[in-house]
Amino acid sequence: MAAIAHPSDRAAVRVPTRRKVGWQRHRRWVLPVAGLFVALAFLWPYLVMLLNSLRPSSDVVQTPATILPRTWQLSTYAQVLGDERFLAWLRTSVLVAVTSTLIVILVSIPAAYFTARFRFPGRIAFLFLVLVTQMFSPTSLVVGLYREFFNLNLVNTYLALILTNAAFNLAFAVWILHGFFSAIPREVEEAAHLDGCGRLRTLLRIMLPLTLPGVVTAIVFTFIAAWNEYVVALTLMLDEGKKPLTVGITSYVTGYEQHWDQLFAASIFAIIPVVILFAFIEKHLVGGLTAGSIK
Amino acid sequence: MADDLRGAGAATGSTVTAPAPAAPAPAAGPGRRARRRRRRGHSSLGAALLWLGPALLLIGGVVIFPAVELVKASFSRYSITGLRLGDAGTANFRHVLDHPDLGAVLANTLVWVVVVVALTVLVSLAVAQFLAKDFFGRKVVRYAIIVPWAASLVITAKTFSMIYNYYYGTLNLVLTKLHVISTPIDFLGNDSWTMPSMILVGVFVSIPFTAYVFVAGLNAIPRDVYEAARIDGATPRQTYWRVTLPLLRPALLVASVLNIIYVFNSFPIIWTLNDRNPGFAHDTTITFMYKLAFKSAEKDVGMSAAAGIFNVILILVVVVIYLRTVKWQEEES
Repeated sequence: MAAIAHPSDRAAVRVPTRRKVGWQRHRRWVLPVAGLFVALAFLWPYLVMLLNSLRPSSDVVQTPATILPRTWQLSTYAQVLGDERFLAWLRTSVLVAVTSTLIVILVSIPAAYFTARFRFPGRIAFLFLVLVTQMFSPTSLVVGLYREFFNLNLVNTYLALILTNAAFNLAFAVWILHGFFSAIPREVEEAAHLDGCGRLRTLLRIMLPLTLPGVVTAIVFTFIAAWNEYVVALTLMLDEGKKPLTVGITSYVTGYEQHWDQLFAASIFAIIPVVILFAFIEKHLVGGLTAGSIK
Repeated sequence: MADDLRGAGAATGSTVTAPAPAAPAPAAGPGRRARRRRRRGHSSLGAALLWLGPALLLIGGVVIFPAVELVKASFSRYSITGLRLGDAGTANFRHVLDHPDLGAVLANTLVWVVVVVALTVLVSLAVAQFLAKDFFGRKVVRYAIIVPWAASLVITAKTFSMIYNYYYGTLNLVLTKLHVISTPIDFLGNDSWTMPSMILVGVFVSIPFTAYVFVAGLNAIPRDVYEAARIDGATPRQTYWRVTLPLLRPALLVASVLNIIYVFNSFPIIWTLNDRNPGFAHDTTITFMYKLAFKSAEKDVGMSAAAGIFNVILILVVVVIYLRTVKWQEEES
């Protein structure tokens, strides 16, 4: 496109260009160095977390404060991994996150596929319902959720936590998958039909492989949301052994015990899987979160 | 959004040759519409129920039903152990409106939402501009920014409560070493510092998502628009204000509205960082509602439900704005 610029424009452009040459020479090192600072700006609380997990609790709460540990201690990690309570919290987190993700995928794929491909009475109403659900958080309805599970005698059960996580992440999964299904040309499906594929087989054999990035994004987002969920677990899971990690690890530091080292080591364990998962779908992050609203 | 940008590209690109994306536009006339009508499958309500049934059950049982329960609870009286004692009429709502701390809570909510969202958008614009550049190590920076987004809010907040600690906190250590402050600050205990400290964490965890939305917005702006601006002799500042920002408007709107919803509903940061302070002096409407039911001396489920209703109404207002935003975009494209 630059070649099209009229020769007479050249003179006007020259002045900024000379300054740009100097910048071009410097940007090779200025930008990476600035990048390092930006990265540190977002990582420093987690570096504090890491450093505090590598020192005894008594060293964390010793004045004067220091940034680096006075005594290094790696054993906290082994201690946490051997802690019955931690293992129980971890078990809950894995169970709840995996099961609710499975439910979301099994329920959202048919719904998203159907609304993307067919017109039927109530289609708009359904999509509207999904959008409204997306706007509600479990937080805003927590008292109602508590009343419902209290009446059903489901307080303190995994089922209540799993259903809540599945229901509140469903909307997002439907939206993103709806977008992916809509983007597949109809010809692809018609060809499958001509070859004698039924609706379900077309979905499983043809459509799903084509929307794999969308499915993976939906899986990762649901898993992370369920893994990080806090309010409902805090309210419903009163039994110490049934709490998930997010609620459980805060009990390392209470009025009765102060295991800062274990709190931070457990925190590292809790954030590593989700950070890896997120990095895995880095390319789809935005398309995922703003599905249906920005494309 | 793509069509919106394409239109702008065609308008500003008059000095340049017509941008390629505009080419398919004339072909997309009545022919395409007819084809679409013919192609779009129709289906009966029965088949729809089969495919959507599980989703409807889940939404109905765990989103709609609790919402109904919430309304019911707001008109009921409860014992401290959670047993329903009977009808309360509108007493719960009146108790919320007459609550002595309501004014402070509403003011906190306004400050919390407005300041966190405004700062998040401003900082994210700068971060996105930086991330959109091509440089050695960019991938590493992008991965680093993901961390606060992926990490659990409670865990991040808990770490910040240590960083803010009066005696052992890293922040006081660094600020005193740098001679920014002479004596340590009790960031989470001092009344005038509690809200700013929580706001910092709120902004910190909201930037990654917002910056990513803006990067996508920036990448969607066609190169030739900048080329045209350069040829017309626009300074970098003019280019930013007259070209980049207007074309980023859809991304700005979406990011702002979604952030308003997230930040309004945000619970773990305030819950964790404010847990030392008694009363409701630093609570937002969300933590206020939660404390009424589960933490205050009264444990008043009915009153908390009434506060929850007010919250839902507030959120619904935001939802309406959100829907208008989406609609506005569709009309534009």
